[in-house]
Amino acid sequence: MMLINKLNVFQLTLVAIVSITLTACGNDDNNDSMTSTPSPVMEYGYEVTVTNLTYGQPLSPITVTLHGNTKMWQVGMSASTAIEMLAEGGDNSSLINLDGVVTSSSTQAPLAPGLTETVSITTTETMATHLTVATMLVNTNDAFSGLTGLELASLVVDSPQSWTLPVYDAGTEKNSESIGTIPGPADGGTGFDALRDDIDLVAMHPGVVSQDDGLSNSVLTQVHRFDNPSIKLTITRTK
Amino acid sequence: MKIKTLIHTFTLLAVSSSVMAKELDITITNLTQGLYFTPIIAAAHTGDVQIFSAGEMASSELTALAEGGDVSGLVSVLTNGNANTIENPAMGLLAPTMSTNFMLTNDDANMYLSFSAMILPSNDGFVGVNRWVIPQESGTYTAYVNAYDAGTEANDEVRGSGVPGESGMPVPPPLQGLIGTNGTGVTMVEENTYVHIHRGNLGDSDMMAGKSDINNSVQRWLNPVAKLTVVVK
Repeated sequence: MMLINKLNVFQLTLVAIVSITLTACGNDDNNDSMTSTPSPVMEYGYEVTVTNLTYGQPLSPITVTLHGNTKMWQVGMSASTAIEMLAEGGDNSSLINLDGVVTSSSTQAPLAPGLTETVSITTTETMATHLTVATMLVNTNDAFSGLTGLELASLVVDSPQSWTLPVYDAGTEKNSESIGTIPGPADGGTGFDALRDDIDLVAMHPGVVSQDDGLSNSVLTQVHRFDNPSIKLTITRTK
Repeated sequence: MKIKTLIHTFTLLAVSSSVMAKELDITITNLTQGLYFTPIIAAAHTGDVQIFSAGEMASSELTALAEGGDVSGLVSVLTNGNANTIENPAMGLLAPTMSTNFMLTNDDANMYLSFSAMILPSNDGFVGVNRWVIPQESGTYTAYVNAYDAGTEANDEVRGSGVPGESGMPVPPPLQGLIGTNGTGVTMVEENTYVHIHRGNLGDSDMMAGKSDINNSVQRWLNPVAKLTVVVK
C-alpha cells in the first residue's frame, strides 16, 4: 500500500513537473518540451456535459467510456448485447466492461428533462484514443442517444466542442409501448430482455406514438413524445 | 523563449483586432409545411446578451416572444446591449416554405448572430438560433434550425391568448381559418420549465371538437423547421 501511494505521489510529481514545463514554455510547441523531458506520464482529462433537451424523457445515467478506434454502435448494424442492455434498460454495466474500454465514468442517477450534468474522466493510457457517450431515453422500449468513436486527438485543451444529438432505436425490442415493457417512470416495466423481436439493426428512432395519438394500449402519453435532437453535448479537454 | 512568447502574444493581439465588422446577407427560410413564423427578431451581439439558451429558464422577454410573438422586450434587451438589431424583416408572418432576406452589418464586438420567432399554431413554441459565431472568412454559410418550447405555458393546443400568463394559443389571421375549434385541451400543465426541444404538436383530426384545435395532418413538424443562410461579404 505504502509503495503504491509512493508511486502515485511520484507520478503526480512528474505530471506536475511536466505541466510546469509546459506552462513555462508558453506558446512554444508542446512536442519540443515533450521530447526534452524523459518519458513523462501524461494525463489527459475531459469534461463531458450533457443537457437533456426533451420535454418528458429522463435519461439513464450518462455513461462516458474511453477506448481504442472503434464505434460502439452503427446504423445498419446489429446492436451489441451491451448496447441492447443500455437501450432497453438503461443498464451500462456491460458497456463499461467491454474489452477495449480503457476507463469509464458515469453519473449516479437519471438526468431529468431540462437539466444539465457533467461527467469528468481522466486517463494516462495512450490506448484511450476515442470517446463514447451513451444514455437511454427511459420512457421508451429501446431508444438511446449519444456519440460514439469520437477521436480525442481532435480536441484541444480548454477549447469546448458542442454537438446536438439525435435519438437511435437499438432495433432489439419492438416499440410496443405496452404495459410492462418500459423501464422508466411511465411504466416501471422490464428493462433488458435478451429476446430480439424487432429488426435487429440500429436505426434512427421513429418517435413514440402514445395513447394520445391513437395507440390505445400504449402506456405512454403525449408528454413522452420527442423530436430530435434530444441531447446537447459539450466536451472540453481539460489537460 | 521569451522572445518567442512575445511574438506569439503579438500574433494573438493581431488576430483579435482583425475581428472586424462584416456585412451579412441573411436569408431565413421556413422549412415547414404548415407552420407560420411570427415577426422575426435577428441580431448581431456580444456574449453578454442572448435571446435564449436551451436548458435554461426563459426570460420574461423570451416568454413574450414565445407565447405571443411580441419581440419588443427582446429588442430592448439587445439594443441596451449595443447589438445590431433587425426587427420584422418579413413584414409580418413568414408563411410555410417562404423565405425572408435582409442585410445586417455588425459592429466589431458583436461577433454572435442570433434570431428567433414564435411558431404558429403553438402555445409557446419558437424557432431560433442562439449565438452562432459570425465567420471572419467571406463565403456562404448555412445552418438548419430547430423548434423549441419555452417551457412557460401548458401545451393545451386550444384557441386562447398570446398574453404571457394566459392560456391557449394566439390566433391571428390567417390562422383563424386554418385551425379547429372547441378543443377540450391536450394538457393543463407544463412539467418542464426549462427551454427544451419542442415535442411537437399532437393535434387531432376533428376540426369541431376533440382535445386539440390543431390539425394533426397539417400543423405538425419534425426538426429542422428553418434554414439560416448567411453570406459573409
